[in-house]
Amino acid sequence: MTESKTIKNDEMNPNFKYEMSKIPGAERIMLCYQCGTCTADCPISRFSDFYKPRRIARMVQFGLKDRLLSDDHLWLCSTCYACVDHCPQNVEPASIVRALRNMVVKERNKMPLVSRELATSLLKSGYIYAMPESRLKRRVEQGLPPLPKTNVKEIERIFKVTGFTSLLENAKTFEKVAK
Amino acid sequence: MSEMKYLLFMGCTIPYRLSSYEVSARKVLNNLGVKLVEMPEFNCCGLPMDIVNHDLMLTLSARNICIAEREGLNILALCNGCFSTLNETNKILKEDRETREKVEKYLAENNMSYKGTIDVKHLVHVLAEDVGYEKIKGTVKKPLNQVSVAQHSGCHILRPSKYVGRDDPENPTMLKNLIKLTGAQCLNYAGETECCGNPIIGVNEEIPFQLAREKLNNVKAVGAQALITVCPFCHVMFDANQSRIERAFNEKYNMPVLHYTQLLGLAMGFTQEELGISELRVKPTIF
Ligand code: SF4
Ligand code: SF4
Repeated sequence: MTESKTIKNDEMNPNFKYEMSKIPGAERIMLCYQCGTCTADCPISRFSDFYKPRRIARMVQFGLKDRLLSDDHLWLCSTCYACVDHCPQNVEPASIVRALRNMVVKERNKMPLVSRELATSLLKSGYIYAMPESRLKRRVEQGLPPLPKTNVKEIERIFKVTGFTSLLENAKTFEKVAK
Repeated sequence: MSEMKYLLFMGCTIPYRLSSYEVSARKVLNNLGVKLVEMPEFNCCGLPMDIVNHDLMLTLSARNICIAEREGLNILALCNGCFSTLNETNKILKEDRETREKVEKYLAENNMSYKGTIDVKHLVHVLAEDVGYEKIKGTVKKPLNQVSVAQHSGCHILRPSKYVGRDDPENPTMLKNLIKLTGAQCLNYAGETECCGNPIIGVNEEIPFQLAREKLNNVKAVGAQALITVCPFCHVMFDANQSRIERAFNEKYNMPVLHYTQLLGLAMGFTQEELGISELRVKPTIF
């Protein structure tokens, strides 16, 4: 993180916390009283100097939307849900992080390369990996039933109606996030 | 007791790279009289899409639930991630009217509608709650009395407890009990409920490697001869990546990682070949 530690007045968007609290899972953001339980129990925080769920909750309350959405450390949450289970205020830090990531994709046109690859395969075949022919043959040899087929047309419709088709086409990607 | 019959939800990762889990699960479930019906049609549970678009995840997941409702069967998932996604979606759609209305609108594009008539279970829940410990015990022909192992349940069959709520998330016992039925000892170790780290390996390898290293150290420290998992992602982290973790930290583990269904299968008297044991990267020599 190269940004300044001093927060300027005009960086703070007072409406952001209200915007966030309308998103499913992030409703209780205003109730965070900064106890730090989430960060203490977060396995990622133990190894990263920058990824701290308590800090993220505070930044949302301060309305630091721009800083939050431009910080790739957001993508380090491993969705272990320890924070969700342990927060005494039921804030659900992991759901807040998910809401922020979804916002990065939607408003900044950016997602991890791996997400774009998995989504592209899913859209084509219903599976997140392209199943090689050899593996399908091997199933027959092993006496396993054929893999269930997908209705690709229906998957395409789901991508479209949720607005993800265009997001996928236009997204810039990034590969790695330093800890 | 009613017939035990489920719609098998295998997900993407098991058929792609861990057929040993599928093969062994089918063997032991069949031996326990559990009938598996194949999904007539399938798409990824939706989990990998949650981080980029929550609505997309919900709708992909709901589509699978609708298929299960049409079949009139509860879902049995082998993967923690599939279980957690399908189960969470099912609970949200049952309880949250606003989200349900939104997802129903998306589903309607495909002439589908959610009814809320089925339940989603992970293999561990089916074994512990539906089949029952007594019945499993009755199928053990070759108890593994000489073996000591440790378990890693993985996050997504424990947390968030507001959606899962089957086992104690702080001190899970289901997998431990299931292991003890095989005759093997199940050892306690530090940090049992810690995450394997695999979900972020696509953007950062360093942290997952640190987490897995810690787990392998803790498991080895108590003298476990193998680690037992019930999730393809956890398994890949500890087995397929083990040699890379050893190299990265200059350690030597030689810790076999078995799917629970392989351990139970051995105790039932199936051969190693029948259970896909040779497909494991770290070869177990203790059985
Ligand atoms: S545990 Fe909850 S209340 Fe405490 S700092 Fe984290 S989000 Fe805030
Ligand atoms: S869910 Fe994410 S933020 Fe919460 S404890 Fe786990 S890794 Fe940390």
